[in-house]
Amino acid sequence: MKDTKTIVCNMKSVALHHRLTTVLLKSFTILLLLSINFSAQAQDIDEARQKEGKKIFKSLCAACHKLDKKLVGPALGKIEERRENDWLKSWIKDNAAFRKSGDADANAIFDEYGGASMTAFPQLTDTDIDNILYYTTVGEIKKATANNAGGEAPVKKEAPKWLIYILAAAIITAFLIIISLLKVIGELKGAPENEGGLSNLSGIWKAINENTFLKVLGVIFGLLVSAYFTFGTLFQVGVDQGYQPIQPISFSHKIHAGDNKIDCQYCHSSAKHSKTSGIPSVNVCMNCHKNISEVAEDTKIELDGVTYGKDYLDKEIKKVYNAVGWDEETLKYTGEIKPVKWIRVHNLQDFVYYNHSQHVTVAGLKCQKCHGPVEEMDEVYQYSPLTMGWCIDCHKATKVDLKGNDYYKKIHEQLSKKYGVDKVTIAQLGGKECGKCHY
Amino acid sequence: MAEDKKYWQSVEELKGSSVVEALSKKEFVNEIPTDAFLGDKETLENSSTSRRDFLKYVGFSTAAASLAACEGSVRKSIPYVIKPDDITVGVADWYATTVADGFDFANVLVKTREGRPILVMPNKEASGATNARVQASVLSLYDSQLRVKEPSKGDSEILWADADKEIGTKLEELKTANKPVVLLTGTLASPSTDKIIAEFIAKYPNIKHVVYDAISESGTLDAFEAMYGKRALPNYHFDKAGVIVSFGADFLGDWQGGFGKSYAAGRKASEGKMSYHVQFEANMSLTGANADKRINAKPSEQVFGLLNLYNAITGANVPSKATSFDAEIKKVAASLQKAGTKGVVVAGINDKNAQLIALAINKALNSEVIDVNNTLNIRKGNDAEVAQLVADMNAGKVNGLITFNVNPLYSLANAAAYKSGIEKLELSVAMTEQNDMSANEMQYMLPMSHFLESWGDVLISEGNYGLMQPTIQPLFNTRQLQDVLLTWTGNTTKYYDYIKEFWSAEVLEGASWNKTLHDGFFTKENTATVTANDISMSEVATTLVASTKPSQYELNLYTSTALGDGKLANNPWLQELPDPITRAAWDNYLTVSMADAAELGFSNPVKDNGAINGNYANVTVNGVTIEDIPVMVQPGQAKGSVGLALGYGRFYGLKDEMYVGVNAYPFLMDGNNVQYNVSIEKTSGMHKFACTQVQSTIAGRHEILKEATLAQVLHKDPKDHKNGWNKPVIVSYDHNEVEGQTVDLWAEHNREIGHHFNLSIDLTSCTGCGACVVACHAENNVPVVGKHEVRVGRDMHWLRIDRYYSSKVNKREDAVAQGLSGGDLFEVLENPAENPTVAFQPMMCQHCNHAPCETVCPVAATSHGRQGQNQMAYNRCVGTRYCANNCPYRVRRFNWFNYSNNEEFDFNMNNDYGKMVLNPDVVVRSRGVMEKCSMCIQMTQATILEAKKQGSAVKANEFETACSSACSTGAMVFGDINNKEDEVAKLKEDKRAFYVLDAVGTKPNVVYQVKVTNTNEA
Repeated sequence: MKDTKTIVCNMKSVALHHRLTTVLLKSFTILLLLSINFSAQAQDIDEARQKEGKKIFKSLCAACHKLDKKLVGPALGKIEERRENDWLKSWIKDNAAFRKSGDADANAIFDEYGGASMTAFPQLTDTDIDNILYYTTVGEIKKATANNAGGEAPVKKEAPKWLIYILAAAIITAFLIIISLLKVIGELKGAPENEGGLSNLSGIWKAINENTFLKVLGVIFGLLVSAYFTFGTLFQVGVDQGYQPIQPISFSHKIHAGDNKIDCQYCHSSAKHSKTSGIPSVNVCMNCHKNISEVAEDTKIELDGVTYGKDYLDKEIKKVYNAVGWDEETLKYTGEIKPVKWIRVHNLQDFVYYNHSQHVTVAGLKCQKCHGPVEEMDEVYQYSPLTMGWCIDCHKATKVDLKGNDYYKKIHEQLSKKYGVDKVTIAQLGGKECGKCHY
Repeated sequence: MAEDKKYWQSVEELKGSSVVEALSKKEFVNEIPTDAFLGDKETLENSSTSRRDFLKYVGFSTAAASLAACEGSVRKSIPYVIKPDDITVGVADWYATTVADGFDFANVLVKTREGRPILVMPNKEASGATNARVQASVLSLYDSQLRVKEPSKGDSEILWADADKEIGTKLEELKTANKPVVLLTGTLASPSTDKIIAEFIAKYPNIKHVVYDAISESGTLDAFEAMYGKRALPNYHFDKAGVIVSFGADFLGDWQGGFGKSYAAGRKASEGKMSYHVQFEANMSLTGANADKRINAKPSEQVFGLLNLYNAITGANVPSKATSFDAEIKKVAASLQKAGTKGVVVAGINDKNAQLIALAINKALNSEVIDVNNTLNIRKGNDAEVAQLVADMNAGKVNGLITFNVNPLYSLANAAAYKSGIEKLELSVAMTEQNDMSANEMQYMLPMSHFLESWGDVLISEGNYGLMQPTIQPLFNTRQLQDVLLTWTGNTTKYYDYIKEFWSAEVLEGASWNKTLHDGFFTKENTATVTANDISMSEVATTLVASTKPSQYELNLYTSTALGDGKLANNPWLQELPDPITRAAWDNYLTVSMADAAELGFSNPVKDNGAINGNYANVTVNGVTIEDIPVMVQPGQAKGSVGLALGYGRFYGLKDEMYVGVNAYPFLMDGNNVQYNVSIEKTSGMHKFACTQVQSTIAGRHEILKEATLAQVLHKDPKDHKNGWNKPVIVSYDHNEVEGQTVDLWAEHNREIGHHFNLSIDLTSCTGCGACVVACHAENNVPVVGKHEVRVGRDMHWLRIDRYYSSKVNKREDAVAQGLSGGDLFEVLENPAENPTVAFQPMMCQHCNHAPCETVCPVAATSHGRQGQNQMAYNRCVGTRYCANNCPYRVRRFNWFNYSNNEEFDFNMNNDYGKMVLNPDVVVRSRGVMEKCSMCIQMTQATILEAKKQGSAVKANEFETACSSACSTGAMVFGDINNKEDEVAKLKEDKRAFYVLDAVGTKPNVVYQVKVTNTNEA
């Protein structure tokens, strides 16, 4: 079932978010029933063959071919209507030899695609090829209900803020009602109707007002509390934890790093060499998006509380093409480039020197240590406060594993002796000195 | 000896001026400039703003500011669309290339960040040496003010293609009519360009190539050609020299390209190898300041001295005249003869006959210091041909002129004749980097690429090839000369392909082009030799004597360390670089001897803000008068001579701030740097100098530097109680006399763990060239503050080179011991400033292990690192300036203003192009914070990080600072003393090592090496 729901491209589980998977599993039984119905309806298609063919197609062909669209190679949908089966088999098994044999059509198609030679697949049996061709002929099996099931799957969402307010208001109201009810109950039980609570309060107030010591104590207490809060507030100035700007392209780290498990440093490749992690240049996007021009049916992202689907996301991929000047029709670069103006999420002050490679390459930290669960973020936000205290706390607490790095050999020996510890902290190595980060 | 020496920085100080005395007590010569926003007392009293209003305003603005601070601005990040393979954002790339701008030639390495060149350093593998101008040349790349951006014809812009077509047609026309055209360039020293020019001339045989150097060495070139049959400059290997005698040749400055590196290599006192250097000169030059013996000699006397030396050495008797220092000449002749082939004589006067005499002496000595085979190609200018060109243009004998990067209207003595000449031309084309006066008089102005945007090759000396490669795409719509000429020749090859082809055919001998490009240089043995022609020296001498016309005042024109020939006059780093001798920045001036100053009534009064003023003078040479030249009284200036620097006084196209000084080129008649028949007249008014010499006085601490003689260093115990020349300070501790270093107020830190950085500065090798000062500017984003701010003592140099004068003789006994008596004795005691000895001392934060600044900072903004660096956290600094007040070395600098993005300081940090030179690894400091030398912590940290990433220990001598990498003479050595392999670890223990003001007990991490002079007149 799940297989039929994937995917226009050859990557694993592009479309299905984790949450979606759970939902789908829950409704597995219903879906199973429905699909049996559908199998009955679509009797003329040999589903097993289609599935087998599709599997091979996805693993070997999809990098260069699509059914409905020209990619590196021609579109292959219903190819058997255009070419003889034998011709296709010869071509697929070893197209170079086939071309050499002097077949005019083979050489023509080779020239049409700019002399880009296709890999030979001698390992494919005739049955395999027939299965592939069967798949190209019948294409995807449409599962309307399955799609509906996917589409209707409720996307789990955080409770919106207004809900919390309403709940709070309800609780307060309930509390008030309980108090007045209790009061009524009391009255009904025959308690005298006096202004007990109120008079008690004013009694305390009166007592404080008359006692100088309490008055002074109260003022001091008040001042301390307000100073505490003022200070706390002022310290938050310029701390942009949680800053989540809307980017010019709705790039979802969740889809890329989470669902597709692309390594962070595949795109942020300078993190291991440089002070900056580097925003990937658009040509890096094109390493994959040259072939991936649209997302899977059920891909969704959530921005600012609103969920967007395929239509929206496909347009976002077009923005990448637009930036790098990729013409989807001719599959060629036009040379017209338009830089993408990302909005910086992590703004470190310029009087702080921070080096990614020190932390990534030397210390071997995971990106998530500071950037949080980026692989779960549709829109990236600043996870850590990026304050000096936050840096220093980590430097004080983190013990360094220096094994295998000859640079540290001598200094670690000396320091561990000096401090009488097994493993020294970064602070003990000098990571607390002002000049290490401020110059 | 050293202990008895009294050091002084200005004449006023020597005289004991009360102003200087008062200044010595103040760290900051100025109070906080509150006048700027408060106004004077009267305005304040008349103001209607009451105290209440004031508080209201303060309250409101504080509230407004805090509200504004709550909202951070949105910052965009724009990555590459297609990232070049060899760029990793945030990681520097280095390229080897070669500087060749017609005046300065050097093999260099260029640091680029994200495709922007930001730093130029000498390519030490190619034994490249850089001076201050080469270091600063990277900033001129970004000079959006002066650089030409688009081709133009008259006042309107033109497309390159159209310009090519029109000029091509005109050239064809001139060729058909057989009308002569001249291609006027500076010295190119480029073999491939020579070939391209030859091909261009082959296509247009009516074109002639004339080489014009603003500051020419035509005299030497002609002399060398007459004697050796080749128009080139001899090379000098001063490292091989035993005795060096110079008559006015400033060879540590710009004379024939400068020889600081090899000179310093020949003066290694610790190795016992040290040349003896005698300098006869009129101006106090960098070379004279470094000489072992300096003798005041006005230009005409230098000529006669040279002739007398020739007679003394060869035994000939060519005509000459007596001089006041004939006895010295005899001594020098004896020394030279004793040194034999290790002796060398150089002369600075740009006169063919004088240079012939110098060559003849070297030939007579059979000197191995002078190299006549591997000649230098860095000056090719021909004064006679240039004069002929001007005459021909006026006579209509030349009908077309194509210039390349020359500015004759500024730098030609007869600029008026040149101007009238170009008005008569049928075709005039200026190919120029700079939008200068001369280019604007031409019909076409074609923008040229900077050397950092160009391909090229340079043959600095025979056999030593350098490659030039672009380190950035052209910033403007520029092309390079070679491409233009190839196009005009009708050759469609790109110059890049052309040069590659040329090199593999003519230079590389099968070596790899890529490797050579990576290295930036290629060395090839030069087997060609020359033989000397016989020349009648008596004839030469007769002509020389006849052309030397001693007069009451004689003018010696020179080039300043900062500006050179003036090509880089719009470069703020260079304008702000103080002259090594006078310590004045942003100016040129007439240097006058103390005796002449007294006679003519000139003085340099010190104002109470530490600035000095000067009188003005009108100077007339052969009927040409320059008015209102400021006068600087210069100790060591020969009586009867005056000096004036070229390269200043440019105004066309320059920023207003850079239009300083007077243009001295009108005095450079016939290209000769010495002019007789000078008259000087004092005029009214006072000039305000931006001079840093008095601002940081040494407050009577004369032990600030130590000097010794070679004999002492070689044979005497440095710590000997009586005769020691590097005695430690002795203090009383528990009623015992102990070495000052052993007594400590504070507990000693453990400094054995990890790295411990030290910088060693050899005062013997430091020539005072100033390359390190500019390198520090570039590496550390040190701001330029402008003339006025420098004048009032707010310069921001992290690294300065202090210049100290002292006299050989302080006491009567010393003088008697030197064999002086009678009038000489009187004179030497009466006037110690007549010819002082000079010592340079680079001074920067000493990174004291017990730093006085750290203990007084109320907010702990300055603190000590384990690696020995005194760290400054700018964001923590609140600007109390206590630290500066407590610093005995006066090296802390306060940001009185915002120097970036501020219209008041319209230098490179206020300009989008200029900001491209900033080092992204160092923060630009804001107003109100202290800053100082960081010992290039960003560089040491980068080296450490690289080692960590590779998982290996840092190799010996791998650590560098900007100043130590820029130092061509090897005076500055930086490293880790905990690595015993590091050179600095040995230098720290050297017998010459001492700490400045070690009595204070600051325990600095900057160690100096005693300055050694060679007094063995052997």
